Amino acid sequence: MAEIDLTINTDLARRILTGFIRREVTRVGLKKAVLGVSGGVDSALSCYLAAQALGPENVLALRLPYKTSSPDSLTHAQLVIDATGVQSKTIDITPMVDPFFAAIPDMDKVRRGNVMARARMITWYDQSAAVNGLVIGTSNKSEILLGYTTLYGDSAAAINPNGDLYKTQLRQLARAVGVPKVIVDKTPSADLWVGQTSEGELGFTYEEVDKLLYLLVDRRYSAKECVEAGFKQDFVDAVIERVRRYHFKRMPPLIAKLSNRTVSYDFLYLRDWGT
Amino acid sequence: MKLNLALVQIDTRLGVLNTNLEKHLDYIQQAKGADLIVFPELSLTGYVLQDLVPTVVARPNGDDPTFKPLLQASKKVDLIVGFTEEDARHRFFNSAAYLSKGEVVYVHRKVYLPTYGMFDEGRFWAWGDSIRAFDTRFGRVGLLICEDFWHASPPYLLWLDGAEIFYMISASPGRGISGDTALESARWVEHVNQAYASLFTSFVAQTNRVGFEDGLNFWGGATAYDPNGEEIAKGPYHEEALTLAELDLNELHRTRTRLPVLRDERTALVERELARILREGRTGSNGRD
Repeated sequence: MAEIDLTINTDLARRILTGFIRREVTRVGLKKAVLGVSGGVDSALSCYLAAQALGPENVLALRLPYKTSSPDSLTHAQLVIDATGVQSKTIDITPMVDPFFAAIPDMDKVRRGNVMARARMITWYDQSAAVNGLVIGTSNKSEILLGYTTLYGDSAAAINPNGDLYKTQLRQLARAVGVPKVIVDKTPSADLWVGQTSEGELGFTYEEVDKLLYLLVDRRYSAKECVEAGFKQDFVDAVIERVRRYHFKRMPPLIAKLSNRTVSYDFLYLRDWGT
Repeated sequence: MKLNLALVQIDTRLGVLNTNLEKHLDYIQQAKGADLIVFPELSLTGYVLQDLVPTVVARPNGDDPTFKPLLQASKKVDLIVGFTEEDARHRFFNSAAYLSKGEVVYVHRKVYLPTYGMFDEGRFWAWGDSIRAFDTRFGRVGLLICEDFWHASPPYLLWLDGAEIFYMISASPGRGISGDTALESARWVEHVNQAYASLFTSFVAQTNRVGFEDGLNFWGGATAYDPNGEEIAKGPYHEEALTLAELDLNELHRTRTRLPVLRDERTALVERELARILREGRTGSNGRD
């Protein structure tokens, strides 16, 4: 296997990402941010960056457990809240989603997990309206590319500082900004059901797939070149197919064009238009 | 002779001319003692304009509401500003103007519009079609906009046309993070500008936007190099700043005595070989005029 170095300069990344959060929140006339803090490393990093960018008094961290959530998730989220000094609220989503599950029996664990992820999204956006803040996203580049996310659930956000960092790079930055080791080093999990692990579901580790994604996406290697670089053919094929199949999760809904000027195609403005 | 430059790296409001003009006038007030203030590419409008292009046009003359106060300010200090120009046939150009003593001395229309990867300039702008050096009260100079100096030919032509100072202005989105302390895009721009200063034994001064447009960051990092390729000044990354650079124009005399590459440049040979290469169709370029 060729040496593939995903090291980033963490001072530079931190400077750009805190500048991004500060500018994008304040340019729309706001000063606050809201985010879910799950106890995992992704949301921990978002929380640290937001606290640094906006001041901890302007960040509301939400702990949103379900009755089966791991107690470690709540504990680790509290570690982040205590260390950053951000505002926080804990809202149990069990009374929101259990009636839903009761009304629609026979849901499998994935559907139930998606409902939980979307109940959390509803809560973030409600709280963002309550405090007049923007929702900060937490998804990393690895899971965005792999489509390992609930559409309109954990993928929903106004701005996302983490989205161009592979998971292994995100861990590097998390360590540098001071996220506790126990959070950086723990096994990644969406914690939507007992015993769920991200790498178990995906079938490979982030260490492995990040290097492959880096060659495929950042370096524009062909599948053949990735195999020549030392990756197994089956692994390369599976990852390429996964990236293609879940591209819809990265896109806004398709609009059917009828007129001469249509949103998405030829009505082209940045979101930051006029600010 | 000394030339005092103020290299200004600003953030802008996307598509809001008035606010950006105010910021220019504020920096002009701050840059006391400067002979020339250099603002970045599209400094009056912001960069990723897309469908905003036709709505943020300015015409470089004294009747234009944006240029009128800038021309007034140029009575005290020379200015380079970036703007969206609309010509009489309603073509839109990514342009930069050199203003001095209340007059428009020169307007450069961006010749290379990047239309690949994250860039889509060719969709919204018309291609400029000339590369000329021009005379200022501080000597003959050249003015290029961002992608213009990612190509080697525009600086080369300006050199042969008599430019002793190259002003390079950009709105360069930061990209390419690694273990290095600077982004790959920043290192690239610094390398080539330092190389141009060395190769052409000329002064090169560069300024670049800061701030964010959606998820794009602009990295700032204004620089000035002397005809030996030595760094004279460097602005900070990722923050607004006014960086002063004193150019000792006598250095041209000293450097070119030591290293007479301009004197020895064989332009007729270049012309002959270039004509042959084009005739034989070997360039690999799409041959756009």
